[in-house]
Amino acid sequence: MDVETRVRNIIAEQALLDPEEVGMDSTLESLGLDSLGLVESLFAIEEAFDINIPFNANNPEDSDFDISSVATIVMGIRRLLVEKES
Amino acid sequence: MKRVVITGAGTINALGKTVPETLEAMREGRCGIAELEFRDVDRLTIKIGGQVKGFEPDAIFNRQQLTLYDRFTQFTLMAAHEAITQSGLVFGGELAATTGVVLGTAGGGVSTWDDNYRSVYEDGKNRVHPFVVPKLMNNAAASHVSMQYNLKGPSFTVSTACASSNHAMAQAFAMVRSGMSRAMVTGGSESMLCFGGVKAWEGLRVMSRDACRPFSANRNGMVQGEGAGIFVFEEYEHARARGAEMMAEVIGFAMTSDAADIVMPSKQGAARAISGALADAGLGRERIGYINAHGTGTAANDKTECAAVADVFGTHADKLLISSTKSMHGHLIGGTGAVELLACIMALRDGVIAPTIGYEEPDPECALDVVPNEAREVAVEYALSNAFAFGGLNAVLALKRV
Repeated sequence: MDVETRVRNIIAEQALLDPEEVGMDSTLESLGLDSLGLVESLFAIEEAFDINIPFNANNPEDSDFDISSVATIVMGIRRLLVEKES
Repeated sequence: MKRVVITGAGTINALGKTVPETLEAMREGRCGIAELEFRDVDRLTIKIGGQVKGFEPDAIFNRQQLTLYDRFTQFTLMAAHEAITQSGLVFGGELAATTGVVLGTAGGGVSTWDDNYRSVYEDGKNRVHPFVVPKLMNNAAASHVSMQYNLKGPSFTVSTACASSNHAMAQAFAMVRSGMSRAMVTGGSESMLCFGGVKAWEGLRVMSRDACRPFSANRNGMVQGEGAGIFVFEEYEHARARGAEMMAEVIGFAMTSDAADIVMPSKQGAARAISGALADAGLGRERIGYINAHGTGTAANDKTECAAVADVFGTHADKLLISSTKSMHGHLIGGTGAVELLACIMALRDGVIAPTIGYEEPDPECALDVVPNEAREVAVEYALSNAFAFGGLNAVLALKRV
């Protein structure tokens, strides 16, 4: 399974939606995820990919990880996976 | 000062998953203490406890709830549902604004600590679930009850070891009696029956390997239990106006501190709490028909408690009945006073005194009528419930038949 599919599956599970309902341009807010749902999704992603996501809920804008949409999350994960490989 | 009545009760413990089931077991003198069942139990010296069995949280709570509810919160919510449903109260407007939740627990989310410490220390994981903190915090249960029932008044958690629930219920009683709240949800819960929870208690070497036998000369220690007891305390006129069923009236309490030793109980501290509760309720000592004892089954507690009762009651100590239901459901630590309050309600409302089971040999240092082994039918008008905690913190409640 590719990164995109796995991320959509994880977010769908947290948001209690079907994976098809999770579009790449969806924001977590539009999918009904609150702040606890967000940290739980990031935890599930960390567990699934064995990576550490540099996200601080106090100042999301300054975090080194963009959560503004599903697409940016997938991009961020791909970058972390590359860093992990090297 | 307002009068305060109990209009709802709920429980889950080793004897039953509801109040009627629990009272039936107490009437029959059934023992809920059995072999413990959880991970790594083979590494424990103590392998028995009053464990809640046949409880399937997966069938009751959804996945999202389960990530936030430690077992002590699960127990609390089950018992709160029973109590609030029975009370018939629906919380909105002014009633919701002043009704709060005051609960006791000694350990809070012990199994959440245990599971996650195991995960990072033993399994070497470097990441834990993001909800570990909101799941294990001692006030989680009180907060979830407040959220589920829209209770917006004063809510907090009291932690005074084995007296937690009695301190909590005394506080809730004081709030309703003073007119501050028209109703309060109160009681307590505990769930320490996991590897770390029992291992910690083993260290004190006060635990029995075979049974809890309070007041019996051959007693050899306490047995842990788990569960919750939750009550709705309501202002009398408020309850009467809506035709609510009143299970019993709470009429007084006292709290004292031994200021002496971190584990050894003090006769004076216990006696001051008992006589203080009588004075607060305006009762002569000869009026008390039943005492639900703290009765842990340890050498230290039982003789100290009996000596305190003898001191306070004089010759009446030989006439009143005193029993420890811990012999049946085990010691629920911070939740124990709440489950034991049910025995007081049964005595007052039904005229049935729960027995002290497992009683085998009289102890001259505990020479009171401890209702050995079989329940007794006696009409009782006034009762006390004792709780004496580690740290020397004591809380006694006084109740009256309605």
